[in-house]
Amino acid sequence: MSRRYDSRTTIFSPEGRLYQVEYAMEAIGNAGSAIGILSKDGVVLVGEKKVTSKLLQTSTSTEKMYKIDDHVACAVAGIMSDANILINTARVQAQRYTFSYQEPMPVEQLVQSLCDTKQGYTQFGGLRPFGVSFLFAGWDKNYGFQLYMSDPSGNYGGWKAAAVGANNQAAQSMLKQDYKDDISREEAVQLALKVLSKTMDSTSLTSEKLELAEIFLSSSGKVKYQVCTPDDLGKMLVKYGVTQPPAEA
Amino acid sequence: MECVFGMVGKGFALVVADTSAVNSILVHKSNEDKIMVLDSHKLMGASGEAGDRAQFTEYVQKNVALYQYRNGIPLTTKAAANFMRGELATALRKNPYMVNIVLAGHDKETGPSLYFIDYIATLHKVDKAAFGYGSYFALSMMDRHYHPNMTVDEAVKLADQCIEEIRSRLVVAPQNFVIKIVDKDGAREHSWRRTTKD
Repeated sequence: MSRRYDSRTTIFSPEGRLYQVEYAMEAIGNAGSAIGILSKDGVVLVGEKKVTSKLLQTSTSTEKMYKIDDHVACAVAGIMSDANILINTARVQAQRYTFSYQEPMPVEQLVQSLCDTKQGYTQFGGLRPFGVSFLFAGWDKNYGFQLYMSDPSGNYGGWKAAAVGANNQAAQSMLKQDYKDDISREEAVQLALKVLSKTMDSTSLTSEKLELAEIFLSSSGKVKYQVCTPDDLGKMLVKYGVTQPPAEA
Repeated sequence: MECVFGMVGKGFALVVADTSAVNSILVHKSNEDKIMVLDSHKLMGASGEAGDRAQFTEYVQKNVALYQYRNGIPLTTKAAANFMRGELATALRKNPYMVNIVLAGHDKETGPSLYFIDYIATLHKVDKAAFGYGSYFALSMMDRHYHPNMTVDEAVKLADQCIEEIRSRLVVAPQNFVIKIVDKDGAREHSWRRTTKD
């Protein structure tokens, strides 16, 4: 019955649903998960890498984390090629704002602007929606550290802790239990790694399968976006006791 | 000839403009307010082509208001100044706005600031600025007597000295002037200097 209303994104079904948008969210539900946690001195983003191979050049390419501007970064879950387009759009929007106003674009405005773009693909043009969900992490002088989650429908919300991608509901409920409002950045890293290790499907958790990035203020007051090196990540996994050694034969 | 000038004091900024609306040898009115209140804490004194002046200043004012409605936060003075400059620059090589602007604002974090924006999209952050034939006299007067962190009384006294010079030395001096001030409590009219009633 619903098949009649599937093929075009720009029409409602009789029950008032947009199937293409929902199918896009399905696609994301099968992709590598990402978790974001807001702490009082920074924002933490952790992502599960689906493509793991010793041959992968990890020093120059990231799969999950991208810097949008000096003060905003994002984690992606979903179709990578779609994500690249949107990341580029977000970068252009951020620079365009700075070109006009000579100030960094407030984080919510950037998210809103990108979500307006995504919404367009659910209403006109006859093109399919983007199969990506984002977790935006950033800092601005109006609201300090912020975390936003957006999905293919173009909806977004500000969150204290959020999860996208595979098993995101399980991750979200775990976060709800363990999150405290005055959590520090280090505790947030620990919580994120713990939650991700529990919700990831894979049998062994090593630093190759994860990406960790943090947004915080340096001692000089500038916003810093730092991606954790695989070595440091490995040490952290051991320290927090979340490493599971590979199964012995 | 039109003249607009301004200066920064301790915790405030002042903008002074003549209030004549002139068409060749005819004075339409001598109480034309050329200092627009851009938002609660910004003043924009504009001089130039009358039609362009009204069009551009109102365009900027409405865009500044739209930004605040959309985003829940006001633009900083610096952002507003750069936005204005960008609009002038974009129009410059097609159909330029013949408007010169002195933008004064007060921001909570950075205090008072003054920007000089001319019709070819020059932007300078300054302590004192002036446009028009009156600028020859106003700038010289301010160069001599201005010092940083003046009180409101000192600044108004300096403005009066500038107005006095303009009145006595400019061949077709404007009849009336308006002084507006912006500080942490907002942008408002301070006083008038009249020689004629309109």
